[in-house]
Amino acid sequence: MLKKMPVSAQWSAGFIVFTILGAVLAPWIVPYSFETQDTLNTLAVPSAAHWMGTDYLGRDLFSRLVYGARVSLFIGVATTLVALVIGTVYGAISGYVGGRTDSVMMRMVDVVFALPDLLMIILIMVVLGRGLTGIFLALTMVSWVTVARLVRGEVLRIKELTFVEAARALGASHARIIFLEILPNLWGVLIVTLTFRIPVAILAESTLSFIGLGIAPPFSSWGSLANDGWTAIKFYPHLIIFPSLAIFLTILSFNFLGEGLRDVVDPHRDPKRH
Amino acid sequence: MWAYFFKRLLHGVPVLLVVVTVTFLLMHAVPGGPFDRDKKLPPEIIANIEAKYHLDKPVWQQYLLYLKQVVQGDLGPSYKYIGRDVSDIIRDTFPVSLTLGLCAVLVTLGLGVPAGVISAARQNSVWDRTCIFIATLGISLPSFVLGTLLILVFSHQWHWLPPALWEGPRHVILPAIALGAGFAGYIARLTRSTVLEALTEDYIRTARAKGLSETTVLIKHALKNSISPIVSVMGPLTAGLVTGSFVIEYIFSIPGMGNYFITAVTNRDYPLIMGITLVYAVLIVLANIFVDLIYMKLDPRVSLSNAGK
Repeated sequence: MLKKMPVSAQWSAGFIVFTILGAVLAPWIVPYSFETQDTLNTLAVPSAAHWMGTDYLGRDLFSRLVYGARVSLFIGVATTLVALVIGTVYGAISGYVGGRTDSVMMRMVDVVFALPDLLMIILIMVVLGRGLTGIFLALTMVSWVTVARLVRGEVLRIKELTFVEAARALGASHARIIFLEILPNLWGVLIVTLTFRIPVAILAESTLSFIGLGIAPPFSSWGSLANDGWTAIKFYPHLIIFPSLAIFLTILSFNFLGEGLRDVVDPHRDPKRH
Repeated sequence: MWAYFFKRLLHGVPVLLVVVTVTFLLMHAVPGGPFDRDKKLPPEIIANIEAKYHLDKPVWQQYLLYLKQVVQGDLGPSYKYIGRDVSDIIRDTFPVSLTLGLCAVLVTLGLGVPAGVISAARQNSVWDRTCIFIATLGISLPSFVLGTLLILVFSHQWHWLPPALWEGPRHVILPAIALGAGFAGYIARLTRSTVLEALTEDYIRTARAKGLSETTVLIKHALKNSISPIVSVMGPLTAGLVTGSFVIEYIFSIPGMGNYFITAVTNRDYPLIMGITLVYAVLIVLANIFVDLIYMKLDPRVSLSNAGK
């Protein structure tokens, strides 16, 4: 499968694996703990001792960046997975049952779609408060609807196909038809969706943290690191450049990988379209 | 046309009502009052403040009161900016955000459409690949990263353009690029695919058979017929510009609605949060209606009765 993808997608897959490994193995690979202060070297520029320099408290930026990957990637992957499960079940039921249930269920989805995602997330976080839990819940509450719409559409199409009719004729239960007959056909679409939604979640989290409405101390994500660097941009630009680069490269990799996967999963898709 | 416009406007009312209700409930579900201070205020003062802002009444009465105010165009007093009404603040900040948004749209279309057309005209060439690659870069580049990069290079390094504030046309350039460039990536890809699709149509063959130049075929025939899908993303684009303005106005210290919204959230200034949210909802509803109207004008096959369904 990997071989069939373009070079950009292969490199991206490599970068993502590398980043995830770094995040998981953080305590073993960082040269300093994320809170160790080198008070003689505050706001140092990159050097052999501090690869990416230090912040205003003398903390090693590289170490903090590796630890920040844990938060950023966790938020991206976990919220997307949960949203994917909720959205799939919701959309499948809505599309399969159809009729009035379908309209009511989709009307609820429309309500979430009425406002832009980030605006909704901010409003929800006013209630839930800043921090890891707040941002996790808010992101999940907003992002499942996209999946629900997509899955509903697919289920509406697939449920009319003959093999579903055959299963029904054999006396299969509704649950069996949904979960064992229809949903297995959606694996490809769902994996592509997952790959495209993870960077959206990472972007939302980092944007929120950057404007000071996201992750709260003691945790820090790439977005909040960038925000720390933002206050010193004029004289110590490295403090914002490295976290920004991490965010950008990760989002870019997921997008390239998503495109590669999409072409493999759906080879009949018009190659002209991008 | 006008009848259709008003009908759509009427359809927007329930949406707005839902938005008002949901934000009202959310803002009243927050634990702690907006006037909690580190230092406890005397109970008489708290009672006075609550009476002034009707916080002593039951929630449903507050809700009805708020609805009544909103219908009259009064969004209530700000909790934080003492003596200023939410409506005043919006009146001052909306034009700023609107100017920024329109300039960003210019950037988006100005970069995205030509890039898409060039890509399509030279499909699979180096030009095509470069455009698509840059478009993916643009989509993946968060606006705050682009914004800080622009400031670092054009303000701090070269001193060409001001890094912040809102004092004239020179102050618009960097934020408009930072806000619009990301969406240009989407527009470029969309333009490319729709133009490519149009190029396979029979009328293109006819146009070429007539001996028209390739540029004329491309611009007058292919692009003109691909405008509709591009216009239809202007609705989502408006929503994207709204949320993009939060970050961009924050970075560039622009006194616009997005910046006030972020400050309002930090200050827990609930009436201001609700007021600005409502304005955004109205804006998005209106944008979608106008998109459909333009859509109809451009494509006579889209009939009045079917549009917007």
